[in-house]
Amino acid sequence: MLAALIIVFREVFEAGLIVGIVLAVTRSVPRRNRWIGGGVLAGVVAACLVAAFAGALSQLFEGMGQELFNAAILAIAVIMLTWHNVWMARHGKEIAGEMRAIGQAVAQGSKSLLALAVVVAVAVLREGSEVALFLYGVVASDGGSAASLTLGGLMGLALGVFVCLLTYFGLMRIPPRALFATTTVLITLLAAGMAAQAVAFLERANWLMPLDTVLWDSNWLLSESSIVGRALHTLVGYTDQPTEMQLLIYVVVVLATVMLMRLVGSERRQHAVASG
Amino acid sequence: MSLATDMTRKLSFAAVCAAAMLAASALQAQQAVQIQVTYSNGQFQPNQVSALADKPIVFRIKNLDGKAMEFESKSLRVEKVIAAKSEGVVNVRALKAGRYEFYDDFNEKARGALTVQ
Repeated sequence: MLAALIIVFREVFEAGLIVGIVLAVTRSVPRRNRWIGGGVLAGVVAACLVAAFAGALSQLFEGMGQELFNAAILAIAVIMLTWHNVWMARHGKEIAGEMRAIGQAVAQGSKSLLALAVVVAVAVLREGSEVALFLYGVVASDGGSAASLTLGGLMGLALGVFVCLLTYFGLMRIPPRALFATTTVLITLLAAGMAAQAVAFLERANWLMPLDTVLWDSNWLLSESSIVGRALHTLVGYTDQPTEMQLLIYVVVVLATVMLMRLVGSERRQHAVASG
Repeated sequence: MSLATDMTRKLSFAAVCAAAMLAASALQAQQAVQIQVTYSNGQFQPNQVSALADKPIVFRIKNLDGKAMEFESKSLRVEKVIAAKSEGVVNVRALKAGRYEFYDDFNEKARGALTVQ
């Protein structure tokens, strides 16, 4: 039972962190629960589908279907997160400041919510498909231990939800003004980390060969499989054996986000000056 | 204007990278050494395998069990879920000599090692 608990918790932990962050990011947006809930639900359904067709998925692209699928959905999440940051750079102040713009901002806000719902769905799908496969195996294999393993799995799941709530309420303790800056940094690093993970999948699939030398091994300092290592892996993309390409893409995503946010932010200011 | 030229440069760089990637992967596929491992009753068979140094490796893991397993190794930097009754392909880059342990992440009792000489 303990083994099942640990395996399931390890998988849902990451999704829990991401959902917690997204909940904090969207704290003041009306109807956000519907969107985020929808994202989680879509993720769970998709995870079950992926688990059900895991064998077939693996066989695609000469056995590399799983890796390429993971890289693709991670890439989608990176785009959505970056887009959200850029959108917030343009509209965030309107939402926070001008009452007049709120009605309009809320209408547009649903666009950004959709992007974040997709991110939530992707996070749940990635982690959930492994949980589904594992639990399915447990249930399918006969033996008296199935019930206790399932119980362990459910407890792991509950712990994942707990992590999600912990992240959310932890972030909610930050004063609203600082929260925006905090979540912007969090989302940027989340996106960069996911991009680096996508690179790792492409490297495993042999679709990305250049700069695949491992830069360092910090396993002795902080193992990626430890709980802190896992948290940092999700939050800032920590990898104990990154390749050159992973680091490059990580830096590129961070710089691109900063540049895009500046560009959009200054555009908005010029706009305001011109019309005022 | 510099943005446009910059963009073109980046795109052409990406195109060159993509071409190099495909060429390299075709090359790698030819050179790679195959290692066959079966997984049944929660054990790897064989659980000790060996390969030559500086050559890419392709693991073909046949999961004969009725439940999924996850072929994982920290030192090989691989992690792959293999569904029940199916085969998984895992690429590994050219390695230095040494011992590299692998295991089933869903069942820590199943362990094995690759020795590279």
